[in-house]
Amino acid sequence: MPPTTPSQTVGPFYSIGLSRRPENELVPSGVRLHGRLLDGEGAGIDGMIELWDARAGRWGRSGTDADGGFEFVVAKPEPFPGEAPRLDVYVFARGLLMHQLTRVYFPDEAGANAADPVLSQLPADDRATLVAVPEDGALRFDIRMQGDRATVFFAV
Amino acid sequence: MTAIEGEIDTRVEVDWPAYRSTQLRCPRRPLVPLPERFRDLAGPVFGDGVLETADEDLTRHGQGEPLGERIVVQGRVLDEDGRPIPHALVEVWQANAAGRYLHDRDRHPAPLDPNFTGAGRCLTDAEGRYRFVTVKPGAYPWGNHENAWRPAHIHFSLFGRQFVQRLVTQMYFPGDPLFRYDPIFQSVRDPRAQQLLVARFDIDVTEPEWALGYTWDIVLGRGSGATPPDVD
Repeated sequence: MPPTTPSQTVGPFYSIGLSRRPENELVPSGVRLHGRLLDGEGAGIDGMIELWDARAGRWGRSGTDADGGFEFVVAKPEPFPGEAPRLDVYVFARGLLMHQLTRVYFPDEAGANAADPVLSQLPADDRATLVAVPEDGALRFDIRMQGDRATVFFAV
Repeated sequence: MTAIEGEIDTRVEVDWPAYRSTQLRCPRRPLVPLPERFRDLAGPVFGDGVLETADEDLTRHGQGEPLGERIVVQGRVLDEDGRPIPHALVEVWQANAAGRYLHDRDRHPAPLDPNFTGAGRCLTDAEGRYRFVTVKPGAYPWGNHENAWRPAHIHFSLFGRQFVQRLVTQMYFPGDPLFRYDPIFQSVRDPRAQQLLVARFDIDVTEPEWALGYTWDIVLGRGSGATPPDVD
C-alpha cells in the first residue's frame, strides 16, 4: 500500500486557486447560513469553509472575510436513516496544517438531534457547538477553533 | 491512532509552535471519532463544467508568456490501495517566478508578472493522471520568524471519491536548501514522509527545447492525517 501524501496548510493566498468565483450557494434559494471562524482569542480567522450535503450531492465553499465571516445559502438536507439532518463541514486556514472536520445540525430538529448517534453521544455543551442558531430568519453557525466553547471537531 | 513501527508516519503535527499561527488556530481538545461508516461517504463530483480554457496551462493566462523557468508537473492521483482515482478535481495555485503571489495581502517586494495569475485546475483522466504546464515558483520571505523563507512550492487541492479523501497540500522541488529551515515542511516529522511532498525531476517528462519535467504522485488516504491534539 502506498503511503498517503501528507497535508500542508492552505496558506494565506488560497483564494487565487480556490475562490475564483462564488460557490457559496448550495441551492438557488434557501436559508442563509452565516457565521464567523474564530481563533482562541476570539479574533476572526482568514480561512475557507466547505459544506457538503451528501444526500443531495450539494457542495459549496466560501472564503472568510477580514472578520472571519462567511455566508452560504443552504437547504436542510434529507437525513440518513436513523440520523438527524446535517451538513458536513471542512475548515481550512493559514495556521491549520490540516483541515478540520465538523458538522452543522439544525435547530428545528430537536427530536432527531436528540436521537442522532453522533450528536447524542456528546456532552450538552459540546452538542450546542454543532447546532446552528436561528437568527432573523437565517441560521448562525460560528466555528471556534479553541477555548471554552470550542467547536467539536471529528476524527475519521 | 499511533504510527506502526517501520511504517512511514505521514501525519502532520497540527499543534506545531514553530509555525506560530498554529497556536491560536489548531484544535486543543481530542477529536471525536466518527462511526466507521463515515469513511465510505461519497464526496462531491465535479465535471468538465468547472474547467475553463487552458486551465491546465498556467503559461497561457496572459497576453504573453510569463517570465521564469517553464516546467511540466504531472503525476497520478491514487487511493491508499494504489488504485487510480479518475475524474478527480485537482486545483493548484502558486507564486510567480519571482516569489510573488497575485494577491492583495502579499507584501513581498518582488515584481508581479502581468502574464501570470498562478492558478490552474484539471480533472484526472481515466488512469488518474493530471498534468500542468507552469513556471517554477520562487522562494519568498514570510513573517514567521527572523529571516524566514518558504521553499519553492505549488499548492495542491484534491477531491477523491470519498468525502474523507479531501486533501490540501504543497508540492516542493527536489534538493531545496530551505527544507530544513521551514516549519511548515518540518511539521511532517518523519523524514521519509517529508520526501512524499517532494516532486522528482523526470527526464522522461522533460520536453526537449521547451520545459523541464517533474513527476509527483499523490495518494489520498481515508484515515486521520494529523497527530491528535495534546490534551491539556
